[in-house]
Amino acid sequence: MLAKTVKVEHTMRRRRTTIAVAGAAALTVSLTACGGGSSSGDGGASGGAAKFDAAVTGVVNSSDAKGGTLRYANEGEWDSTDPGDTYYGYSWNFARYYTRTLVTYKSAPGAEGATLVPDLATSLGKSSDGGKTWTYTLKDGLKFEDGSPITSGDIRYAVERQLDKTTFPHGPTYFNDFLADVPEGYSVYKDKKDLDSIETPDDKTIVFHLNQAFSGFDYFAALPSTVPVPKDKDTGSKYKSSVVSSGPYKFADYQSGKSFKLVRNDQWDAATDEVRPALPDNIDVTLNVNKDDIDQRLLSGDLDVSVTQLGIGAAAKAQVLADPEQKKNADSAPLNRTWFTSINSEVAPFDNIDCRKAVIYAADRTGYQTAFGGSIGGGDVATSLLPPTIPGQQKIDLYPVSSPTGDEAKAKEALTACGKPDGFETSYSYRVERPAEKAAAESMQQSLAKVGIKLTLKPYPQSDYFSLYAGKPSFAKKEGLGLMANGWGADWADGYGFLSQLVDSRVIRETGGASNLSVRDPEVDKLIDLAVNEQDTAKREQEWADIDKKVMEGAWVYPGVWAKVLLYRPKTLTNVFVSSSYDGYDYSALGVAKS
Amino acid sequence: MSAPLDVPGGATEAQPEAVLSGAGVAIQGRSLTRIAWLRLRRDRWALAGGVIVVLLILIAIFAPLVVGLLGHPPNEFHPDQIDPDLATPIHPLGGITGDFLLGVEPLNGRDLFSRVVYGARISLLIAFLATLLSVLIGTVLGVVAGYYGRWVDTLISRTMDLFLAFPLLVFALALAGVVPDKAFGLNGDALRIALLIFIIGFFNWPYIGRIVRGQTLSLREREFVDAARSLGARTPYILFRELLPNLAAPILVYATLLIPTNILFEAALSFLGVGVRPPTPTWGGMLSEATTYYRVDPTFMMVPGVAIFVTVLAFNILGDGLRDALDPRAR
Repeated sequence: MLAKTVKVEHTMRRRRTTIAVAGAAALTVSLTACGGGSSSGDGGASGGAAKFDAAVTGVVNSSDAKGGTLRYANEGEWDSTDPGDTYYGYSWNFARYYTRTLVTYKSAPGAEGATLVPDLATSLGKSSDGGKTWTYTLKDGLKFEDGSPITSGDIRYAVERQLDKTTFPHGPTYFNDFLADVPEGYSVYKDKKDLDSIETPDDKTIVFHLNQAFSGFDYFAALPSTVPVPKDKDTGSKYKSSVVSSGPYKFADYQSGKSFKLVRNDQWDAATDEVRPALPDNIDVTLNVNKDDIDQRLLSGDLDVSVTQLGIGAAAKAQVLADPEQKKNADSAPLNRTWFTSINSEVAPFDNIDCRKAVIYAADRTGYQTAFGGSIGGGDVATSLLPPTIPGQQKIDLYPVSSPTGDEAKAKEALTACGKPDGFETSYSYRVERPAEKAAAESMQQSLAKVGIKLTLKPYPQSDYFSLYAGKPSFAKKEGLGLMANGWGADWADGYGFLSQLVDSRVIRETGGASNLSVRDPEVDKLIDLAVNEQDTAKREQEWADIDKKVMEGAWVYPGVWAKVLLYRPKTLTNVFVSSSYDGYDYSALGVAKS
Repeated sequence: MSAPLDVPGGATEAQPEAVLSGAGVAIQGRSLTRIAWLRLRRDRWALAGGVIVVLLILIAIFAPLVVGLLGHPPNEFHPDQIDPDLATPIHPLGGITGDFLLGVEPLNGRDLFSRVVYGARISLLIAFLATLLSVLIGTVLGVVAGYYGRWVDTLISRTMDLFLAFPLLVFALALAGVVPDKAFGLNGDALRIALLIFIIGFFNWPYIGRIVRGQTLSLREREFVDAARSLGARTPYILFRELLPNLAAPILVYATLLIPTNILFEAALSFLGVGVRPPTPTWGGMLSEATTYYRVDPTFMMVPGVAIFVTVLAFNILGDGLRDALDPRAR
């Protein structure tokens, strides 16, 4: 598993990272919504009134009225609208308009939104062979936009074609890594033959054979990689402008770099689809719009959604928070992301656990939070790595402090236990392009100085941060990088998606590239192997929570903040709620009130 | 200063006839420096520039004292000055209060006055030393090229072309990116400052080199050089005792004009993040941080912006004034 996982995490990191960078730069920021307040699914549902943070836990402007045009804008462009070649959370969210996957996420607010439900398939995957073989059966009456039936062969072809990362460089590599016997450099366009590891015994059945047991395969089946693609309509890298729709909408007018429209797909049968209400008649998307312009148009009601869900910028934020009328249309939405600091045990004196604890005690938690944007739209102070949006997360606080700005007494105690009562000197690395990480580094420098830990700040370019600098163990050791800014977002909301690449010491390689910068605990590795093979969901969630706790017991990281983003929903928008699977509003549910 | 032509010494006008007849004031010989000084004194703009420059230098030298009197330590956080939700200063105009004269930085509440004052140290230090380096290299090579001519001139002139064609900013970015922690017995900020001085100084010498070469070309044909040569003076003597004093004026003028260019260049490098490391304040670095907040807290951008503007302007007017004063053809 290990040889391949690094590749996985690379792409995994890329997706959420890009989003978060811009998010941090735009300096978005909230009131602690105490994360778990979703309790009652009654969730202000049915007609929920607009209120600050209302869409985080319930449905705002609940409605089933159809019609109207939903207007989206993007400050840039999609990596690709081809479902086999895209790796942005917003893109996966938006793709549900014109594509369907074997399984997908439930369209519901709060924690429920992380639940997997069947989409093209009649049920979630059935595993056999101890989790190495997964079988799905398709529903009846599924059609492409041209009226031809969707068969298991179309899904098999779709999965095979996106394995070719030369033609489709953007997408995730989970199938490349987990399917059994994928030949080196396999491409449907060159090799002209199907894989043995995907079987289609009939038009309704598809069977995946993996190279290892994996209990979470349904999460792979929810990736846009399993969106059916008719082989005779596939145009390779050009397919993105003429995607054959399997969902409720199809492309109508695709103008590269400018805009595109989606209109209703009359071949889509609502009876086969429990997820998508498909409320609006048309969906308009404008590309390459200035970020400030998007914010202003959102506030004035000229635009319905900023598609990338990076959150509103600093100027718009000040405007929104100052005006109670506007503030009630805003949501500080939690993300599956944590901004933290890795504590490197390979740099003395951090080989001593008490010195690592001293850092956790001395850190100014409010300062760190402010650096990433404060409580509104920045994030909540984290006490462990796993964010509260991940099902099964447990609140762990192993290092309680006397003041949110740091506990000097406990830090001094830990320093004495470590044999460094007067403190020591070390370095703190961060990504030079990220103002939030720089601000956090300066905050750490200030707070740690109070107990005698002197930090030298060392910025490195983000493009090579993991491959050549902080992520390369020999470099980090040589430069004495005792503390390293780090951030991580999961591709999907579960323990595997979040922790597997982050705390497994076996992903750390001398050549660099891993996002686990500091957790080196054989006990944690053992627990991960157990969790990956665990078939029972409840037990698995408990195991991931235990891993989270184990990491904190070892004081391998200072957990920092659980990220949030400040979103704005114009009054025209109906059926609005934040999906815990897509880090933003659930697009497939949105409708628009006719004015 | 009452009248523009008021010259000290009592007499406003030489009166040759009166002198001949034994009356009046004796005509005083004036040195070039003195003439220049008299001219400069009449140029109010140049004087104002000079005063500002001197003030800036004094502030930079006595930064700890100034900040001790009027500000807070430059790296100290003041979270109580910041709105926790918006990360902007709680007081209007970027948080200007009696306690924080130029407001505070968003996010962490550092005192902008203190940071600008400490930033002046880095900016001026780098600009001065880099200019010195440019002037040294430029003068020596310029004089040599101009005096010897022929293949020496060709070699040096082509080298200048090479340097002028060099993508300096790109090179500076690359070099500052790979600089190690310790080198040449220096480390940390000292090393980075030395590196900036080297990059800026070493690649700007051709500007001054060309001017010096041009001046030398015309000077070496002049009679006093011929005279010295015919009296048996050696080349080094001619170069440094005969030619150099005559080059002092243009060198001084262009050095003064090079300083603001170098201040801007240092600010640009800091803006791009290759200057000294945070939290050490620099003007360019502050500007770069301010870009994130320009809509919600324009004061943050104004403060270092105005500091750079005033400094560059002061040096430029002083330089212009000096040129007018020293160049005999100017009036």
